[in-house]
Amino acid sequence: MPVTVVNNTKVWQRYDTATRMKIWLGWIIGTAITLLCWQLISNNTRWEFVADASQQLSAFLQRMFPPDWAYAEQLWKPLWDTITIATLGTLLAMSIALPLSFVAARNTTPHPILRYVALLIIVISRSVNSLIWALILVAITGPGVLAGILAIALRSIGFIGKLAYESIEETSYEPIEAITATGANRLQVLDYAYLPQVLPSFAGISIFRWDINIREATVLGLVGAGGIGLNLNASVDLLRWDRVGMIFILIFALVLISETLSARVRKAII
Amino acid sequence: MLRIEKLVKQYPTGDRALRGVDLMVPEGEVVALIGPSGAGKSTLIRCVNRLVEPTSGKIWLRDTEITALSARRLRQVRRRIGMIFQEYALVERLTVMENVLSGRLGYVNFWQSWFRRFPQHDVDQAFALLERVGLSDFVDKRADELSGGQRQRVGIARALIQSPDMLLVDEPTASLDPKTSRQIMRLITELARERGLAVIINIHDVPLAQLFVKRIVGLRAGEIVYDGPPEGLTPERLTDIYGEEDWGAGQAVAGADSAQEMDPEPSPIFAASTSNA
Repeated sequence: MPVTVVNNTKVWQRYDTATRMKIWLGWIIGTAITLLCWQLISNNTRWEFVADASQQLSAFLQRMFPPDWAYAEQLWKPLWDTITIATLGTLLAMSIALPLSFVAARNTTPHPILRYVALLIIVISRSVNSLIWALILVAITGPGVLAGILAIALRSIGFIGKLAYESIEETSYEPIEAITATGANRLQVLDYAYLPQVLPSFAGISIFRWDINIREATVLGLVGAGGIGLNLNASVDLLRWDRVGMIFILIFALVLISETLSARVRKAII
Repeated sequence: MLRIEKLVKQYPTGDRALRGVDLMVPEGEVVALIGPSGAGKSTLIRCVNRLVEPTSGKIWLRDTEITALSARRLRQVRRRIGMIFQEYALVERLTVMENVLSGRLGYVNFWQSWFRRFPQHDVDQAFALLERVGLSDFVDKRADELSGGQRQRVGIARALIQSPDMLLVDEPTASLDPKTSRQIMRLITELARERGLAVIINIHDVPLAQLFVKRIVGLRAGEIVYDGPPEGLTPERLTDIYGEEDWGAGQAVAGADSAQEMDPEPSPIFAASTSNA
């Protein structure tokens, strides 16, 4: 009851007294928990290590600079592999995720049981990180680019599928009703009423995922699934920090380019 | 042409939208269906092509009992029933041409429609209809580039390219300005007359209905409470349909205004209310 009468005037307040008390209580409890956690973290930290962190960092940077520019020669091929892994993995995921999302969406699913199967596939795909998919796949297919592509695809199916089926469920109903009323069959209704509404967001989601996948593909090599991560791993093992520095520069440039590209494409679509 | 018998629709929520509606619409007749919001107008026309499944009752289009059809046969009959919607219900990201041709979906197979390879005959017809509704220059425009009146014209072309026997029209003018509303109503009634179609038009605007239609059916709470000519809609009749309201006073002023601005002939509801005063 945020409205009270004071001197015959109706006074309106956003919250009544009880709600205000609850909000205060919430703040007090939240602050207490934060402080407790802080104490726990503090007790488990060796502060003498933290104290010389800045020295460690500068030593680290000194070992990376100047980067080994000549090493770049050997990096173009793995860099290209990285782009390939991200791109083919995303394309593969798109081709599976689009039909899957129509099965998973409440308004287009052919059968409720199939819908749950599709949702299960999406959840499984999403719940495992690309790096872990890659670990498993390297054991199955052997190390290399193929394992990387499959790892990226397996993770992306869930990501693209989930966002795509949510956008299918948000399609407006009037055009669907209108196309149905012409005597079109189910597939034709999908083609003429759903697809045009869903395709822009599907393309936007996919390009966004491709952008993420470029970054994920740079580390897949750590577990042997191809790409520039292989060189990163090897250089760290050999303590060649100047090479690590070179790799970081290339990865940074690649991510910058992919991000610009995906932002542009998304802008053009929407 | 269309025969509806004891049509009942009860929604799963328990709402009884239609409580035994009987209605006949002969070939070439345009019927305006009026009534307050929630009276069941939308449900009634959606039962005809079974976008809404009736609970009981029978509907015939010519000799076909629509209510008894299998899904496949139903799609074939839907081709013969064109539908026009309040919010136009175009597919916004498709072109005007694609929207019009989508009216032929029931006649072509999936691959023809997927690759947009419609028979030349259909394309000819689409051009002719776009010419007829005055949109020849908009063939390649995307539907979301058009104004409201233009969109509704595309909607009309889409319904007519089905070569239907009848039209179901759901609040065609509710989203349009008064002038465009009249143009759209004139276009629909003219085309219906040219082609001898049976038409049911759901409409909120009673004076507009009276201007263009010879038969008016009033629906209240899922039952027909008026069926007759527009002149017969006296204030008492309107009260039957919509409930208590000072029909004479309000409409007389509004009717006189609009009559002077837009049309030399007086609005029929004005005439009706004065003659019964």
